[in-house]
Amino acid sequence: MNIDKKITDDLVANNVSFVTTVPCKQLAGVIEEIDARDEIFHIPSNKEDEGMGLCAGAHMGGKRPAIIMQNTAIGVTINTLATLIQYYRMPLPMLISYRGELREPVACQVEMAVHTKALLDEMKIPTYHFHHQSDVEEFDAILKYTFMCNKPVAILTDANFWGGYGDQ
Amino acid sequence: MIRSEILKEIAPIIRDQLVVCNIGLPSQELHMIDDQPTNFYMLGTMGLSSSIGLGLALSQDKTVISIDGDGSVLTNLGTLPTIANNVADNYILLIIDNGSYGSTGDQPTYAGMKTSLTAVAKACGCENVIEVQDKDLGPVLQGAIDSKKMTVIVCKCDSGNIKLPVITMDPVVIKHRFMTAVAS
Repeated sequence: MNIDKKITDDLVANNVSFVTTVPCKQLAGVIEEIDARDEIFHIPSNKEDEGMGLCAGAHMGGKRPAIIMQNTAIGVTINTLATLIQYYRMPLPMLISYRGELREPVACQVEMAVHTKALLDEMKIPTYHFHHQSDVEEFDAILKYTFMCNKPVAILTDANFWGGYGDQ
Repeated sequence: MIRSEILKEIAPIIRDQLVVCNIGLPSQELHMIDDQPTNFYMLGTMGLSSSIGLGLALSQDKTVISIDGDGSVLTNLGTLPTIANNVADNYILLIIDNGSYGSTGDQPTYAGMKTSLTAVAKACGCENVIEVQDKDLGPVLQGAIDSKKMTVIVCKCDSGNIKLPVITMDPVVIKHRFMTAVAS
């Protein structure tokens, strides 16, 4: 199974047509796939809170948005999640590269990894953790859930899910 | 002129446009001067007015004006390259540049010192950047709307605030009213 294509196909099938990204090595394939699809407007952002602003605007313009980013971004976006996305009740699927988990070669990544689920829990953000490739089967249902409840929803995708971290 | 005087002057020009208004005093002033369903008031999240406006402009055809401040743009300076590289000709970024953080007590910003947001916007690749003095803003803003070209306006003005109440409207009501106006 090509998980980059499966994720992109699910986004398209759920009418997600506005996607902003801040890159991560693990996410390179899915970002490339999204960029190549005519059904999705791909707008890279320089920082994840900026990206959430873009998504808020797209939502109010009638489009279904999504953001793709690293888990370090949770540290950047707490205020934006609380005072914009949650306060105004906006749906936002967040496909997150969960760095600092098993098979991680960069020690510093673990420092945010240990806070990631606690922060999401504190924010009462529904959170799903993809560890095995087969977990991607739930992505379609998670997207439907997100746009049903008008909340930000986190999908944490770790190195094991992506098949390891490069050639480490 | 101070920001509230500018907003009073341009209220008839922006009344029929979609407006995303910056957090704090700018939103409170616009709400008091000319509350419209086409106004989206930010109640929090400093810095994102330009980003919300750009996302909105890229997602539908109506003209969108983001009213921002120099301090807020400095908070989210990465917005300018994103704007420059994703041209939406129905988008106007109006930076009311009074050289101070007005909502927090008029502390000076770097835009009131050595940093020119006009030069920064141009260096980021924005193609239509106009710096204008407060009293000349009206015709420039109307011209930008009529041109149907993405435009960044940096309006230089005095710092200063008026006393006025906070917005008590519920955020979900603000959003619902705004989205209904966007879709109409």
